[in-house]
Amino acid sequence: MALYSEKVMDHFRNPRNVGVIEDANGVGEVGNAKCGDIMKMYLKIEDEIIKDVKFETFGCGSAIASSSMATELIKGQPVSEAMKLTNKAVAEALDGLPDYKMHCSVLAEEAIRSALDDYNRRKGEG
Amino acid sequence: MQIYADNAATTRMSRTAIDAMLPYMEEIYGNPSSLYSIGQRAKEALEQARSDIAAVIGADPREITFTSGGSEADNQALLSAATLGKKQGKLHIVSSAFEHHAVLHALKRLESEGFEVTLLPVHENGIVDVREMEAALREDTCLVTIMTANNEIGTLQPVREIGAVCRAHGVPFHTDAVQAVGHLPIDVKADNIDLLSASAHKFHGPKGVGFLFARRGVRLTNLIEGGAQERGKRAGTENVSGIMAMAAALKEAAAGMAENAARMTALRDRLIAGLSEIPHSALNGDAVRRLPGNVNFCFEGIEGESLLLLLDDKGISASSGSACTSGSLDPSHVLLAIGRVHDVAHGSLRLSLGEDATEEEVDYIIRSVREIVEYLRGFSPVWRDLQSGKTPFIL
Ligand SMILES: Cc1ncc(COP(=O)(O)O)c(C=O)c1O
Ligand code: FES
Repeated sequence: MALYSEKVMDHFRNPRNVGVIEDANGVGEVGNAKCGDIMKMYLKIEDEIIKDVKFETFGCGSAIASSSMATELIKGQPVSEAMKLTNKAVAEALDGLPDYKMHCSVLAEEAIRSALDDYNRRKGEG
Repeated sequence: MQIYADNAATTRMSRTAIDAMLPYMEEIYGNPSSLYSIGQRAKEALEQARSDIAAVIGADPREITFTSGGSEADNQALLSAATLGKKQGKLHIVSSAFEHHAVLHALKRLESEGFEVTLLPVHENGIVDVREMEAALREDTCLVTIMTANNEIGTLQPVREIGAVCRAHGVPFHTDAVQAVGHLPIDVKADNIDLLSASAHKFHGPKGVGFLFARRGVRLTNLIEGGAQERGKRAGTENVSGIMAMAAALKEAAAGMAENAARMTALRDRLIAGLSEIPHSALNGDAVRRLPGNVNFCFEGIEGESLLLLLDDKGISASSGSACTSGSLDPSHVLLAIGRVHDVAHGSLRLSLGEDATEEEVDYIIRSVREIVEYLRGFSPVWRDLQSGKTPFIL
């Protein structure tokens, strides 16, 4: 058996939504203290809808695949829906992750949450 | 192109080794302890294998004990020395910070049983300092265990000098030579080695077979109790076919050793030169005092597992000391021991060439690594911060 599912390998090899959004109105960066991986999410939100999302990841195959899948899951969604994204949903959409790689999907959930928090904070200030 | 560049993990069995094992599965399958002829023929073959192996490292056949591999040999060596030490009230062991886990974890167990362990630093070049080793010796030191060559960064330890110091102080010396046997010349007498571990699958023999050399007079303690095989020091019906293959593989490796080492060293250096051109990269361990086929690099701003998966897509099999590849999520203790910080250890790559490697393959590896490192850096937030000056480059 391969280390990762076909789905994980597909998102790892051809990550969706890679890059930066220069005029993002929500940016979040999180890291896993143990393995040291880092994920950064950029959101462009208009009328409480996620119009665009991009990511940058320094991490393992499942971290890259999780970031990619997470961006797909929230793109076009209302902020309120995106807030509900769980790492389990990300892992399931990838047809599962090895146990010791579940924390990589947690990183994706946290990165999105952090970017949304940043958006809400900016909104509050603006 | 398919390139297996993980020969430090294991090697492909040679045709010679496979051919040497088959007769002992199909025809001479008797138990060496049995008195009828196919048993006794197996016994004779086993003893021939013992002599052949002993000859390669300058030992006496009676000094060779067959084991299930390197880990078992390491464990038995350490337990034996510790048992002898305990009898004399000596409970101190000297080792190094970057030993294989087979040694480090066996030492941990001895610590829990009351032994005290000094782990010598291995410095930035990945080499133990003999003076520091001598200074670490105490009245109650019962063992020095330092590997011959490191399995991750390939650095060669001054085994002969360490052996001489140990002999002068009357302290037993064990060396885990799993990465060196079959690749570099070893002479247990000239090197003053008392105990040495080796494993067949690192020199084109089968997995699950190895041996422990113990100089005459160094009494072994059993890990496995039972029958009287291996002079009563290692119970269990011998893995005859595996041992025959190990002996054949080792003889073949010894015959081609000088020539192979010279050719692989040239290829290694070509690979090192090519990878050094990647910006913000660094070779791990001494550039010269290293195994002929070992290349180990860190690339700043990327993570090793991603690099390995993309190399695999290009047909290249390699390994990494990244935390993400370890299961335990701890970065390589070897890279930490030579002073690489966690972030940098993350982007490590070990390429260990085989005897059949070619220049074309090396050049293909260089091109592939360069391309993938650039690609991964392209969407690495760590690389972005390094490039923008937000965080300083380390390499
Ligand atoms: C230096 C070193 N020691 C010990 C071992 C363990 O050998 P084995 O896999 O035969 O148990 C290995 C290889 O895995 C090694 O590289
Ligand atoms: S994010 Fe740490 S191993 Fe994947």
